[in-house]
Amino acid sequence: MPLSKDQLRRAYRQMKTIREFEERLHLEIATGDIAGFTHLYCGQEAVAVGVCEHLANDDFIVSTHRGHGHCIAKGCDVVGMMKEIYGRRDGLCKGKGGSMHIADVNVGMLGANGIVGAGAPLAVGAGVAARMDGAGKVSIAFSGDGACNQGTTFEAMNMAVVLKLPVIFVYENNHYSEHTGADYAVGSKDMTKRAAGFGMLARKADGCDFFAVYDLMTEVLQHCRSGAGPASVELDTERFFGHFEGDPQRYRGPGELERLRETRDCLKNFRATAKARKLIDLAELDAIDAQVMQLIESAVTQARAAPVPQAADVFEDVYVTY
Amino acid sequence: MAKMMLREAINKTIHDEMERDKNIVIMGEDIVGGMGTAGGPEAIGGIWGLTGGLYAKFGANRVIDTPISESCIVGAAAGAALAGKRAIAELMFADFVGVCLDQLYNQMAKFRYMFGGKTKCPVTVRITYGAGMNAAAQHSQAVYSMLTSIPGLKVVMPTTPADAKGLLTTAIRGDDPVMFFEHKTLYGISGEVPDGEYLLPFGNARMTREGNHASIVTCGQLVRAAEKAADALAKDGISCDVIDLRTTSPLDEECILDSVENTGHLIVADESPPRCSLASDIAGLVASKAFAALKAPIEMVTAPHTPVPFARELEKAYLPNAAGIEAAVRRSLAYRH
Ligand SMILES: Cc1ncc(C[n+]2csc(CCOP(=O)(O)OP(=O)(O)O)c2C)c(N)n1
Ligand SMILES: [Mg+2]
Repeated sequence: MPLSKDQLRRAYRQMKTIREFEERLHLEIATGDIAGFTHLYCGQEAVAVGVCEHLANDDFIVSTHRGHGHCIAKGCDVVGMMKEIYGRRDGLCKGKGGSMHIADVNVGMLGANGIVGAGAPLAVGAGVAARMDGAGKVSIAFSGDGACNQGTTFEAMNMAVVLKLPVIFVYENNHYSEHTGADYAVGSKDMTKRAAGFGMLARKADGCDFFAVYDLMTEVLQHCRSGAGPASVELDTERFFGHFEGDPQRYRGPGELERLRETRDCLKNFRATAKARKLIDLAELDAIDAQVMQLIESAVTQARAAPVPQAADVFEDVYVTY
Repeated sequence: MAKMMLREAINKTIHDEMERDKNIVIMGEDIVGGMGTAGGPEAIGGIWGLTGGLYAKFGANRVIDTPISESCIVGAAAGAALAGKRAIAELMFADFVGVCLDQLYNQMAKFRYMFGGKTKCPVTVRITYGAGMNAAAQHSQAVYSMLTSIPGLKVVMPTTPADAKGLLTTAIRGDDPVMFFEHKTLYGISGEVPDGEYLLPFGNARMTREGNHASIVTCGQLVRAAEKAADALAKDGISCDVIDLRTTSPLDEECILDSVENTGHLIVADESPPRCSLASDIAGLVASKAFAALKAPIEMVTAPHTPVPFARELEKAYLPNAAGIEAAVRRSLAYRH
């Protein structure tokens, strides 16, 4: 079924929100105002949005260290996220988690994760819960090309097949794990074939093309929601910034980033497709751009002004203290 | 002697040892960096810059850049050791001990004993640890107390570039598995490092300040905080022993007990949470072996029993510091029955 104008506007707005959230963070982090390690999702927006636009509030996702995009796509509050990344007391996790640990179970977002490969088993558990709840709920594990080599990921894939769970392993292949190329670290060089070897539906698509991701997910979700078992989806994507903010990126080839920004930008691709297929008036997208810029500006302003945590907060949200 | 940073001392020691002993293999994530990329090998040399230059010098058989697979990194190091090699494995963050604990705990720690002494297990696991960089709950932990409790493992924590060289050399040349903890905030500190052969025996603490009023026992990052506290107290005429344990297993009991026998006041500063910690362990040791010498309750300055929080204000409140150690010394000295 083709997307309605409303759905198109929503999807574009979500992608643009992620993009501008990250572009702005890139600038803010350079000022030194934001502490800790931050991994930006910029460039991969079509994956998070192409997947999550299919999900209901009570479907589950499990995210990674590069989690801002998944959070926004699944419906986390953008201002609350910004406050969290700034380490503010009324941030989404009270300033205790920061960029790498944003979670909001109320929207089915079971957490970003600092441990690479930890998400897939958690998603299996959420898949168990989803099946108990009935009604075709699903659980999604977002993982990177690096995370897909972790033993936990293999255990999770096998168990999901054994238990025939409604779990989808979404592999975002951005071709790098930190400073290492995916072709080096993924021995078979083909994680989709490898996933198929576990006995599950395994598909891939261009992760810089929202429409390709969305269409593939329509099919895969139908499979999972109908009780036919887990699936693996590999999405070929790009990260536009370093592994973390501050990464000198010496592993990149000359002109690589410029070329990626030019040819592999999912927002540009969205606009090009929208125009070619006459899906929506581009002026409408321009209007969305302006609204998103305002939202991000306001999120940063609010985050900056928000109160910082108090020392006594250290002792809250833990079962016992000594 | 040459002046260098702790990170350079570690890099140079690995170079020297691998040069000296062709039987040594090193493995870890991104320890070469750039594998399978346009930038090519050696694009990074470890995210902390500790393994730079090894690949170019010793080649792919001995310098192994691995996929993200901590269980297999540590397990493969142990397996290579069983098969007659000497292995160095790197865990990028100490928190990832959680991923590979079986290989540390059930495997390499137990081989020599369980196999009736028929095998050795020369593995040095280099582990970056500790809070202070707002890296939050899964990238900041001080897990050395937990590993100190495991029979069969040795646990080492250098705090100066010279100690890094001396202790790492001993670790690599030794025949037992060693957990070599490097505090991420200490990599940039500079100091003189002896040239040539330099080995420091394990179980030999370093007295960094000497005094008569109180004994501050600590390790890792907190050694500097303890020194700062001792220097502040010295201005008020209070003199302290500051004991940098260097290794928590084996433990230099004699140094601790002698100091407490002299001062009667024990302050233990420990970056791990308080339960079953290095602090409680040393408190237990002194309570059982030097009870009569104590003039006041033992003071334990530790992290709280919570995960490590992210926000600057919270992490600052979480981490034990010089002011806390100084206050503990003063409390101890002010104690009256
Ligand atoms: C268990 C574990 N090992 C190593 C790391 C350090 N680390 C953080 S992200 C990362 C690379 C992950 O690559 P990938 O899964 O492709 O995700 P991407 O960064 O490309 O989004 C590594 C090695 C970690 N956080 N956790
Ligand atoms: Mg990747």
